Amino acid sequence: MTSNTDTTATELAGLSATTLLRFATAGSVDDGKSTLVGRLLHDSKSVLTDQMEAVEHASRSRGGEGPDLALLTDGLRAEREQGITIDVAYRYFATPRRRFILADTPGHVQYTRNMVTGASTADLAVVLVDARNGVIEQTRRHAAVAALLRVPHVVLAVNKMDLVEYAEPVFARIAEEFTAYAADLGVPEITAIPISALAGDNVVEPSSNMDWYGGPTVLEHLETVPVSHDLTGCHARLPVQYVIRPGTAEHPDYRGYAGQIAAGTFRVGESVTVLPSGRTSKVAGIDLLGEPVDVAWTPQSVTVLLEDDIDVSRGDLLVPSSDTPPTSQDIAATVCHVADQPLTVGQRVLLKHTTRTVKAIVKQIPSRLTLDDLSQHPNPERLVANDIGRVLVRTAEPLALDAYADSRRTGSFLLIDPADGTTLAAGMAGEAFAKPVGSATGAADAAVPADDQGWDF
Amino acid sequence: MTTAASVEAAGDFGGSEGKREGDSLYALSHLDALESEAVHIFREVAGEFERPVILFSGGKDSILMLHLALKAFAPAPVPFSLLHVDTGHNFPEVIDYRDRVVARHGLRLHVASVQDYIDRGVLRERPDGTRNPLQTVPLTEKIQAERFDAVFGGGRRDEEKARAKERVFSLRDEFSQWDPRRQRPELWQLYNGRHAPGEHVRVFPLSNWTELDVWQYIARESIELPEIYFAHERDVFKRSGMWLTAGDWGGPRGEETVERRLVRYRTVGDMSCTGAVDSDATTLPAVITEIAASRLTERGATRADDKLSEAAMEDRKREGYF
Repeated sequence: MTSNTDTTATELAGLSATTLLRFATAGSVDDGKSTLVGRLLHDSKSVLTDQMEAVEHASRSRGGEGPDLALLTDGLRAEREQGITIDVAYRYFATPRRRFILADTPGHVQYTRNMVTGASTADLAVVLVDARNGVIEQTRRHAAVAALLRVPHVVLAVNKMDLVEYAEPVFARIAEEFTAYAADLGVPEITAIPISALAGDNVVEPSSNMDWYGGPTVLEHLETVPVSHDLTGCHARLPVQYVIRPGTAEHPDYRGYAGQIAAGTFRVGESVTVLPSGRTSKVAGIDLLGEPVDVAWTPQSVTVLLEDDIDVSRGDLLVPSSDTPPTSQDIAATVCHVADQPLTVGQRVLLKHTTRTVKAIVKQIPSRLTLDDLSQHPNPERLVANDIGRVLVRTAEPLALDAYADSRRTGSFLLIDPADGTTLAAGMAGEAFAKPVGSATGAADAAVPADDQGWDF
Repeated sequence: MTTAASVEAAGDFGGSEGKREGDSLYALSHLDALESEAVHIFREVAGEFERPVILFSGGKDSILMLHLALKAFAPAPVPFSLLHVDTGHNFPEVIDYRDRVVARHGLRLHVASVQDYIDRGVLRERPDGTRNPLQTVPLTEKIQAERFDAVFGGGRRDEEKARAKERVFSLRDEFSQWDPRRQRPELWQLYNGRHAPGEHVRVFPLSNWTELDVWQYIARESIELPEIYFAHERDVFKRSGMWLTAGDWGGPRGEETVERRLVRYRTVGDMSCTGAVDSDATTLPAVITEIAASRLTERGATRADDKLSEAAMEDRKREGYF
């Protein structure tokens, strides 16, 4: 009973030409993050009647007067009973211009682990501060995580402007301090927005209480920030996930290498090298899920056919022969430790990089980083949950890792406990932070490491 | 779908004149992005597990999963079998559809039968006649008996708040139990599927899809669905504010009266707890328009089992439900 559809159906819903933005939120306790998220969902009309009724019911049963929008993002009973948020929750909403996936990360327990998780796939991070408190320790920590994870866009939402009489100088001071700090960490783009999540100022609708602010509302910014960029200058990388060999009468000789393009673009006719073997061939064809194409790009899932019958299997990396990354068994990286059991020097682990999992050993933990003030503690011997540290890892086989700064997907890896499969740590190869952006560095702040200070390996 | 042709036609595809405001030509549409992500998940599982299986109810989400799996491995066949947890309260149209699909694609179908467990006295019928909560034991025992190590479910995070915290790869112990506090953090697109013998991983390739995405994609790909998703006349009666299909399974009772109405289903589950909605949407575009304008979530509109308590889904998930 499928009717003829073409594009009519999607056009009718007015949502055909939308793109997808993945973003994460971070805030300290009581910064009003849940209220902001609830406000975004509510004011973009993404909250449906039965959800709103449930919130009103829950608000009443807890003795509240009006509906508490923060309850929209409430999750599990364990959280409600203890009044906490225990994990990253994903929220979905849409406007006619864009679809949004929000990784809602709690501001307190396991904050580093959860924010790192949420930020790892985010195109944008919203960092919340309370206008009355300004930039505090946790704000600096959130900025550091966004910088470390190389989230391309950062929004500073200065909340509770209603409680500081919507005063421009308060906003300007906080925005300036944060921007200087984040730019020092190499965050490439920072947008500061004065809001009141509770009153709805500048969240979806422009505020009439802050005529002095001429920038976009939070939602306008989310709708228009670019989710992609020109890929022509990027390294092209295709981790092979699976070899498709039908071996049927219809396709006796078909041999395709399936994978999601992790970075850049691939073209038919291009010379490619298979890593780590180093064998070379040419792209004979690209199947884009049933449709032959001449060019494909990240993050499309494709099947690549090669001209020569060479040995390629899961875990191999296809790269342009003109742009091959070096392979190595020694990896220097920054890790965020995410498990309850510690990571120690000498520990044997599994390392999962793209589609390849190899044995590895933790050779050194040269330093641990305190995110609050970016101070470093040499030779900690071990990392525990929510620690960020530098590690040197030796792998049993050579891997083709890019610097995380160049390629988030081919520069990242997991360390896994071989005994029980626990994900121990999330790793990012290469330098931890980018070089400071611009020259307006906050030299006054002694806690900010200068270019040549620390974290050089 | 973004095609190479459209890119070439647009000329300089690194240029600033993107087809969408603020985005370069490399930006995928949201449906292309979701499709690529789901295909990536299917291929990861094919590459890392021995015996994966797709939970297939004949509902739209499982139909979508199968469609994506077919695309992920074409021109080779899907390297997974299907598993239907059969409550015995099925819509005949859905069973017909299931059997047609299995035959067309040469798939292997496993069935875990709730009726069978009731007949053997292992499970007891609930007073309210609802069989959805009874699916957990037959599902778990089938997974153990067949030694399935990866089980694809069509669950979406937008459906319900307990699902909003679910991972794409969700580790289950030998009793299929879910412990939300002990989930592995999931970073980038690096899924960790390691598990001990006897454990398995539930995999949710549609995690990031919303109901509207599912319908838009079904329309774009012209995927055939069971007829009950479109408006039709049906004998129904009202219970807990929902239109349920009259039938042998236990309705109507007492004061409930049957009437013939023009309805369609937004979700397909056990007949005893899946409600129909009043609708005159007989085509996919009409369905999409209706959903885009709906002020109720699909579970709120159609699922009696989730109304049992504020934490009904959380409790069922912990016990091993999909």
